[in-house]
Formats: sequence, C-alpha cells, structure tokens
Amino acid sequence: MKHNLILRITAKLLIPYIILFALYVQFHGDFGPGGGFQAGVIFSAAFILYTLVYGLATAQRTIPLWILQRLASFGVLIYIGTGVAGLLLGGEFLNYSLLADAPITGQHIGILVIELGVGITVASVMIMIFFLFAGRGRP
Amino acid sequence: MMEFILGHYNYWIVVILMMAGFYTVISRGNLIKKIAGLNIFQVSVFLLYISIGNVQDATTPIIAPDFEYYSNPLPHVLILTAIVVGVATTALGLALIVRIKEAYGSIEEEDIHLQDNSL
Amino acid sequence: MIDLLIDITLLAFLLVTAIAIIRIHSLFAIVMLFGIFSLSSAGLFVVMDAADVAFTEAAVGAGISTVLMLATLALTRQHDEKRTAKHLPILPLLVVLVTGAALIYGTLDIPAFGDPDAPAQQHVAPHYLNRAVEETGVPNIVTAVLASYRGFDTLGEVTVIFTAGVGVFLLLARRSKKERERGTHRET
Repeated sequence: MKHNLILRITAKLLIPYIILFALYVQFHGDFGPGGGFQAGVIFSAAFILYTLVYGLATAQRTIPLWILQRLASFGVLIYIGTGVAGLLLGGEFLNYSLLADAPITGQHIGILVIELGVGITVASVMIMIFFLFAGRGRP
Repeated sequence: MMEFILGHYNYWIVVILMMAGFYTVISRGNLIKKIAGLNIFQVSVFLLYISIGNVQDATTPIIAPDFEYYSNPLPHVLILTAIVVGVATTALGLALIVRIKEAYGSIEEEDIHLQDNSL
Repeated sequence: MIDLLIDITLLAFLLVTAIAIIRIHSLFAIVMLFGIFSLSSAGLFVVMDAADVAFTEAAVGAGISTVLMLATLALTRQHDEKRTAKHLPILPLLVVLVTGAALIYGTLDIPAFGDPDAPAQQHVAPHYLNRAVEETGVPNIVTAVLASYRGFDTLGEVTVIFTAGVGVFLLLARRSKKERERGTHRET
C-alpha cells in the first residue's frame, strides 16, 4: 500500500479533517447529534486509515501500544473521578450539581467531562483492538 | 383492516429480519457466518425498539424553538448502549475465531466437533 | 406519503440483504453485504427520527465491525464457506417458523406505529422532554438522559468497552521476542 501514490496523498489530506470532525462531534454533542461514543469511533477511524495506508510499524511508532492501554484506563478513571468528586463535595455519587456554584453550570460541566472520558476510552480501545488484529498475522 | 396493516407492517418485517438472523446462527456451520447472523439479529431488535419510540409528525428529540412535538428519547438511549455493547461482543467473538483457527486449523463447526470427539 | 415509500424501500433493501447473507457462500461477499446492511439500517434510523442512534450505527456497524471482520478473514485465510451436499435443514427451519409465528402473534397487540397516545410515550418521556433543558442546560435530550439522568448506565457501558479491550488483548497479544526465546512450551 505504501507504493500507491494516490492512496498516500489522499489519506494525508483526509486524516486531519477526520480528526477535526471527531473533535467537533465530541464537544458539540450537547447541541446536536453526537457525543462521546460517536466521536471516539470517528477518531479511531482516522488512525485505522493511517494504519491501512502506511503500515502497522509506522502507526505503532506514532502511537505505541502501551500508550493506548494507559489512555483506555485514563478515560474510565475520568468518569469515575467525576462521580467521586460529587461524593467528596457532600452529595451522592455522580451528582453533578455540586461541581459549580449554580446547579445548571455544574450539570453542564459534569456532562462535558464524562463525555470526554467516554470518548478517550472508546477511541483508544478501538485503535488497540485493530492494532492487535493487525499484529497477529506476522509470526 | 388497512389501518391495522399500515400501523403494524413495520413490526412484521422486523420480526422476519430477526428470524433470518436467527436461522443463520443455528443452521450454518461457518463461525464467521454465525457472527454475521448474530449481528443481523441485533440490528433488527434495535429497529423494533426505535419503531416503538417513534411518534408520527414529530422530530428528533433535540429541543429547538421551531418544533413542538418530539420523538421519545428513552429508546434512543437504550439502543445507543446496546449498539456499543454489541460491537464489544463482536470484537471478542472475532478474536476467539482467530484463536480457534490457530488451535484447530479450521473454522467450520463440523471439523471442530470431529477433532474434539476424536481426542 | 413519501415517508412511507422511503420506509418500505429501506426495509426491502434490508430483507434482500439478509436473505443474500444466508444464501451466499463467499465469505468476502458476506462481509461486504453486512456493511451494506448496517448502512441501510442507519438510513432507516434517520427516517424514524433517531439521529444519535443512526450516527452510532453507521460509525460502528459499517465502520468498525466490517473492518474487524475483514481482519479476521485475512487472519484465518478462508475464502468460502464449506459446501455440504446435505438436504434442507428441517429442524432449524421449524424452530425459526414457530418462533416467528409466536412473535408476530405478540405484535398484534402493540399500538400502531407512530401513535402519540401509546403507553410508551407517557410517564417518564414527557418529564424528560419538558424539564431537561431547565435542569441540565443541554438541548440534546438523548445526551442529557445518557450523561445525567441515566449516568450510572453509561458508566457500566464504558466499563464494558474497556473489558472488551482487555479481553481482546488477552486473546491476541503476541509475546515479545524475549519471552518467546525463553520458554518454548505451548501455551494452552
């Protein structure tokens, strides 16, 4: 695939816009369709395209497997951390109203942060699964 | 009678799709085809739930000043979770197929049973 | 009227694709048909006013699932389903017909498609639709319910994805070259 010039140049042109669109879907998930899951999957699609065109070795130099493992757990930790923050501030688990002065601002902040955690976990798990499938073929 | 059919044809076609997926799972021996049939079954169940939540002449449940009637948002939330869990199950099933191929040399159900019974 | 036509056309696409998946023997064609199936069902979700669900189904079904199936095909190197000259499988057909008949009998009592007075549209849904913007400040009701009202379920969902990643890692990770040279007994 490396020797196919059209594929390489088209991929190079498209991948930044795919990542940009993933970030847009992530952070505008509360005003339009979207949210954490969709953004994570689109983000991983950009990296899968890169792996398909440039090869697994190049892609694993960009994101090694150990970073993906840490990022996956980090996303879940962000989610649980927001819940525990509600506990520490005097309310119940996953109570967002206590995170800021006004309950509505607290809810908005809580929703944004947990969607970020969800997006990080989904993206890193999808990329990791694809790397594992692709790396099994070589002896 | 015509009203009844117009109001229910959606559900009947979804049940037919479900049975097509179910038939693929139980009657074909190839493991990859079984996973494809399982996914067809899952997608038709999602269609059933979203059909239940649909409201006529209403729009997507995103609050905007121009619209007054919205579709039911609860089935959408349930199905979002279900889709994501479905892809997790599919990924694990496909990883198991790869390992089965390495251990038994084949992904046809009959060959695997033969090898198991001859041990 | 045009809604009805689009509905029926997409459902017909889905039926034809499902039957083709049952009958075709080439595995590559089956994976491609599966991608088409996912995309058509995403179109159907849009017609039924479920924008978030269509988004997720198109990205996940026509994207990730198809790519993973193609990777499995490449790893197992099998091109066709094994053809057996057997007779028509009677027992699975019978089971499928009986189950289908029972399900259709069950759908005879469901309220009509799109009925605004159906029991599914009472109790909780109007509460979410009326109160979500003033309680959470988020116009997308699906995100508000997913992240705030039913946030605990979403925590379970994220954990399921994480567990799937860990499971695939346990099944498919290659031992590093050092470990392979150290021990040569077969892993069970």
